[in-house]
Amino acid sequence: MMRALTALFCGALFGLGLLISGMTDTAKVQGWLDLFGDWDPTLAFVLGGAILPMLAAWRIAAQRSQSRLGSPMPSPPDPTLDRRLIGGSALFGIGWALVGLCPGPALAVLAWGGPSTAIFFGAMVAGMLLARLPALRTKAPQ
Amino acid sequence: MIPLDWLFGLMGGLMIGAAAAMYLLISGRIMGALGILGGLIDGSNPTWERFAFIAGVILAPLTMNAFAGYPDTNITTNPALLIAGGLAVGLGTRLANGCTSGHGVCGISRFSKRGIIATLIYLGAGFLTMAVLRHGLGWL
Repeated sequence: MMRALTALFCGALFGLGLLISGMTDTAKVQGWLDLFGDWDPTLAFVLGGAILPMLAAWRIAAQRSQSRLGSPMPSPPDPTLDRRLIGGSALFGIGWALVGLCPGPALAVLAWGGPSTAIFFGAMVAGMLLARLPALRTKAPQ
Repeated sequence: MIPLDWLFGLMGGLMIGAAAAMYLLISGRIMGALGILGGLIDGSNPTWERFAFIAGVILAPLTMNAFAGYPDTNITTNPALLIAGGLAVGLGTRLANGCTSGHGVCGISRFSKRGIIATLIYLGAGFLTMAVLRHGLGWL
């Protein structure tokens, strides 16, 4: 119960943060990617602002044996660089530029963004399922 | 004078980071939108925790309407772009096992090699795609 409530609260704070930062505005995100045009640096402030509390949080996490609700802290980062990481990230960057939405904002606009956001979300879900194709499959994400 | 948009960006970013920090320290989880959504969608790890997080992300913006109204998404109405973009984002992030929140926010802040490399690659691919499609071909 506490776990679900924490998740609900963190999800809500995440969603509001995405909205307030302007990341649900696809023109702003595409403006950030438009280095050679009318470049909009807002996203750097968003990413920087989000990384700051997390720098502190990882330091605190390193000193704790478990989280407040008693689960183990995430395992140390996996250092493996493979084709899935590189190819997948490149594909993600292309799709991100085409529409200006990544998975978090795609969720945050779903309830009020109209039919275009629903089409994008449906295609994104289909893309996630495509990753299960035997040819592309390896270990499941944590 | 700093543009207001940058301040809102910083403020929203701090909220995103605070949410990620609480999710880590209270629940012991990495707050990655792709990972949380992906585990629900393909049934590999459906939990109430994931479901509650997604519900929060979708429902919280509805409360904004009472104060400020919804901001414009300016999203394209071109179905070909929406479908191609959605497929690429869904498949790409799932293959890479992370997106802007997981690899970007949570990965970079713990100096994860995978997180930093993934972020450099999707940013580079995004810059390049935008340069070619907007300035080369005049599409976007």
